Amino acid sequence: MPVLASLLAGLVFGVGLIVSGMADPAKVLGFLDLAGHWDPSLALVMVGAIAVGVVAFALAHKRTTSFLGLDMKLPTARHIDRRLVGGSMLFGIGWGIAGFCPGPALVALGMGQAKALVFTIAMLAGMGLFELFERRKPMAPAKT
Amino acid sequence: MTIDWTSFTPWASLAGGVLIGVAAAMFVLLNGRVAGISGVIGGLFKPAAGDVAWRVAFVLGLVAAPAVYALFAQLPAPRIDAGLGALLLAGGLVGVGTRYGSGCTSGHGVCGLSRLSPRSLVATLAFMGAGFATVFVIRHLVGI
Repeated sequence: MPVLASLLAGLVFGVGLIVSGMADPAKVLGFLDLAGHWDPSLALVMVGAIAVGVVAFALAHKRTTSFLGLDMKLPTARHIDRRLVGGSMLFGIGWGIAGFCPGPALVALGMGQAKALVFTIAMLAGMGLFELFERRKPMAPAKT
Repeated sequence: MTIDWTSFTPWASLAGGVLIGVAAAMFVLLNGRVAGISGVIGGLFKPAAGDVAWRVAFVLGLVAAPAVYALFAQLPAPRIDAGLGALLLAGGLVGVGTRYGSGCTSGHGVCGLSRLSPRSLVATLAFMGAGFATVFVIRHLVGI
């Protein structure tokens, strides 16, 4: 049941990305192009998503288990450090180069877009690099 | 800045955003997890028993979404202008960056902000800022 719910969530998420136009890199880049012809659409996508999300997470925070009886596994990290900011900036740069982030890349992959495959392979390689770096060094304390 | 009124799709953006919010709501209320796609994928690099099937299912849902969408409406064609080198670089940066940053547009932007997480707000501002800056440099400084 949880696996089915997960599949369904992924499907609805993906359809939402398509409906909102966020699976189209040109549209995403149009939002990021503040100095050019600016397309505010992505801002409204976030508004729509967060409007629903706020209600859902308020409810989730009150529970220790999900409605399927699984443990509620919400992130507990609170620190803001260089990894968070630096990593996010690197992600943002990559996002601004091709207009893809993980979800839309997978959706475009599902559309049979060869370029999405190239991006996804590179993304997986990047994630693999991260794993390599992390496994080599001993746990370092979080820098604030 | 000029507003790109011809590209701006307020209703589709809101509708798609709501769908994304619903997907995130389903995922947290049924599976007890944040729909952070970089994290869902990232966890596959350290597969643990019981931790793989739901991840694969979510990814499959995203990839299958276009097929489901196409049953009801014509799929819009994504416009991917990035060349091979740009895709590889972008993918690598997104892969490394989302892991160090502990999230992406879905994890921090949608779910994190919905949870009112200060950490996610910082991350979102960081990747949005980097995204804006990158597009500015590429389109208006370098002029690609």
